[in-house]
Amino acid sequence: MLRPENEDELAEMVRGAAGPLRIEGGGTRPVGVTTGEVLSTAGLSGITLYEPGALTLVARAGTPVAEVEAALAAEGQRLPFEPMDHRALMGTGGAPTMGGMAAANASGPRRIQAGACRDSLIGVRFVDGTGAVVKNGGRVMKNVTGYDLVKLMAGARGTLGVLSEVAVKVLPRPAAQVTLRLRGLDAGRAVQAMSAALGSPYEVTGAAHRGQGAAAETLLRLEGFESQIAHRRAALSELMAPYGAVEVEDDGAAGDALWREIRDVSGLAAAEEDVWRVSVRPSDAPEAARRLEAARLLFDWGGGLIWAATDPGLDLRAALAGVAGHATLVRAAPETHAALGTFAPEAPPLAAISHGLRARFDPRGILNPGLMG
Amino acid sequence: MQMPEPNADILSRKARVVERLSAVLPEDAVIHEDHELKAYECDALTAYACPPLAAILPGSTEEVAAALRICHEERVPVVPRGSGTSLAGGALPTADSVILGVARLNEVIETNYPDRYIRVQTGRTNLSVTGAVEEDDFFYAPDPSSQLACAIAGNIAMNSGGAHCLKYGVTTNNLLGVTMVQMDGTVVEIGGAHLDAAGYDLLGVICGSEGQLGVVTEATLRILRKPEGARPVLMGFASSEVAGACVSDIIKAGVLPVAIEFMDRPCIRATDDFSGAGYPDCEALLIVEVEGSDGEIDEQIGLISQIARRHDPVELREAADADEAGRIWLGRKSAFGAMGQLGDYICLDGTIPVSELPTVLNRIGALAESYGLRVANVFHAGDGNMHPLILFDANTPGQLETAEALGADILRLCVEVGGCLTGEHGVGVEKRDLMSHQFTAEDLEAQMRVKDVFDPAWLLNPAKVFPLESSRGRRGMAA
Repeated sequence: MLRPENEDELAEMVRGAAGPLRIEGGGTRPVGVTTGEVLSTAGLSGITLYEPGALTLVARAGTPVAEVEAALAAEGQRLPFEPMDHRALMGTGGAPTMGGMAAANASGPRRIQAGACRDSLIGVRFVDGTGAVVKNGGRVMKNVTGYDLVKLMAGARGTLGVLSEVAVKVLPRPAAQVTLRLRGLDAGRAVQAMSAALGSPYEVTGAAHRGQGAAAETLLRLEGFESQIAHRRAALSELMAPYGAVEVEDDGAAGDALWREIRDVSGLAAAEEDVWRVSVRPSDAPEAARRLEAARLLFDWGGGLIWAATDPGLDLRAALAGVAGHATLVRAAPETHAALGTFAPEAPPLAAISHGLRARFDPRGILNPGLMG
Repeated sequence: MQMPEPNADILSRKARVVERLSAVLPEDAVIHEDHELKAYECDALTAYACPPLAAILPGSTEEVAAALRICHEERVPVVPRGSGTSLAGGALPTADSVILGVARLNEVIETNYPDRYIRVQTGRTNLSVTGAVEEDDFFYAPDPSSQLACAIAGNIAMNSGGAHCLKYGVTTNNLLGVTMVQMDGTVVEIGGAHLDAAGYDLLGVICGSEGQLGVVTEATLRILRKPEGARPVLMGFASSEVAGACVSDIIKAGVLPVAIEFMDRPCIRATDDFSGAGYPDCEALLIVEVEGSDGEIDEQIGLISQIARRHDPVELREAADADEAGRIWLGRKSAFGAMGQLGDYICLDGTIPVSELPTVLNRIGALAESYGLRVANVFHAGDGNMHPLILFDANTPGQLETAEALGADILRLCVEVGGCLTGEHGVGVEKRDLMSHQFTAEDLEAQMRVKDVFDPAWLLNPAKVFPLESSRGRRGMAA
């Protein structure tokens, strides 16, 4: 295993690599099948800058997400996009890192209101496949100087470069939250309720639906200061009245636990099933659900994100043919990844662009080969 | 400012290029007479002008594709143009280029409230996107000052921001999908009405690429429900240091205003004389706007005012109703017009870390003095995006050059304190040659590689973004 202690060493190791490298932060979010010597960024650790008054934080790639979240919490702030912790779902150990989070564009329920990880990512430093050190973006939240490679690196899973440092925009942590709960809705009705809630002026920061039949629950989260929550909770309850009786979970700790379950998809953890992550237009979610009747489903982002646990080997993309969007195979046996493909196939002109980018950023094809383009 | 020598071979083939374009476009969509081309010789950076070889106004994605295919075959550079409101020269032609204007692509294709998006052709103006949904209480969030005129195509090219991006983000945070035509005429669909596009984040890199990767003809944009209400509070301070500290304290207190606007004394004086807004006589003025229901607004303004009082404001004025809110915004919204009354000006756009505000304002003052020019400051303080306005007289020989030199020094200062050259206007030609001050050769090389993939012959929007020296070898491929 290669474990650089600083960016210079990282660049040296990539430059000198004789074969493929498997890039790892905390190793908590393995995706697909890749080979090569492990290159760990865990040694590149530490928050290098945090300015609460400017809502910005910069950390080296190997910094544990938990360390950043603790530093933010001490100032009453947080990561806006509520990054998912994949450990339960993937059955992994280790500690999620800022670099891994950015490379996976890991985003949780609040993504529907506050944007994804890539939306809060304002700067990166990385080492490309030739060993060159590149910076893009910076530490200010408004920046259009040159092409936005920050976005390109977010979600690229290390295939265009190994992140060495990331800068994020952070937000104040609101004083209060409540969760409204509707019970027994089917997927169609639940998506309607969530669309109505997300289309209201009350800034719903979480809209999820899980379970089936009488056990189904539709969850809507409100966050803000105390008097704001009092107003919005009453107004949203009234708006939701046509969908059934509205229960209110106003215990902060219980609410946190509830949304952590949604965020981490822990309901689909520790099982033999394959797990797919499906991105669709929310109003197409009921049709997707109808076609995946045999699967266990979790709807987040108002229905725009569907997590599906299916029988091993099932070709979910074939089942959803004709529904706009795409599906990623998140958890499956290596042979299923090989047979079905981890990532959705791209249309030929897009595939040409992806391959072109990869060939230029990693001409030797040594960074996480087998993943992405 | 230097532009590459026009390619004589292309100039000599003008008749042939016009004829081929005319074969695939409606007759009135190909503009090639010299007197008509005047209209396309510059954008809002009027200090630089150059009539193009021709201008075309295609009316569909198919027409864009057909025209680009021809330009690609003829190896003619193409300059995409939204509404021509770029302050950075993003749509400045070269004499051997064809201007591709998207003005005729202005339809709304689909509006979807349950899924909260609108799909439009990109020649549509920013404000008219909100106009298409506001009767139903929705809006499109990015709101650049030029929103009445600027096109979505240009917003995507420049990743435009606005006054409200502290809360709502900029264009890239509100863009779900595009139809884009590549230089060789290939039409690509990226993203869509679903939230996350598959594969590499190509949307993210196209947004802000200044029209150098492709021509975006259609866009799916996120729309949001309007807040219940919004109201500003105005505060005046004895120094910019105190105003800066107040901004920081407001943010640290956990309030997230939708806008925090800052004006310094020269700007306050000019706008007040111009608009009669009744601004206080002070060194620094903040306008802080919050949103929500009446009760929510009262509570937030109460908290903000409490913080402001700790900084001994010379004035603190809370808007009680729409009328008072209008008066508070009156001066700020007429700031650029007011400055225009004082003479010619260059509007800069650097961003700095908010904590550096007082230092940077002091150093800008000192720099201005050393150049013998006046600078007024008006900007989005919450996100550190500054707009220093350098006043000069275009009729005095040499003053434009002096003003530009001061501007370059101010932008270098922004980079020095940890900021950047441009927060929302883009690089264009204006800041092109300063790029090597912010980026290393490796940083620029990585960006240019992206262009190599999308536009291998480097024909789209030539001589923008990258220093001519850095891109010389690649641009040579166009010939």
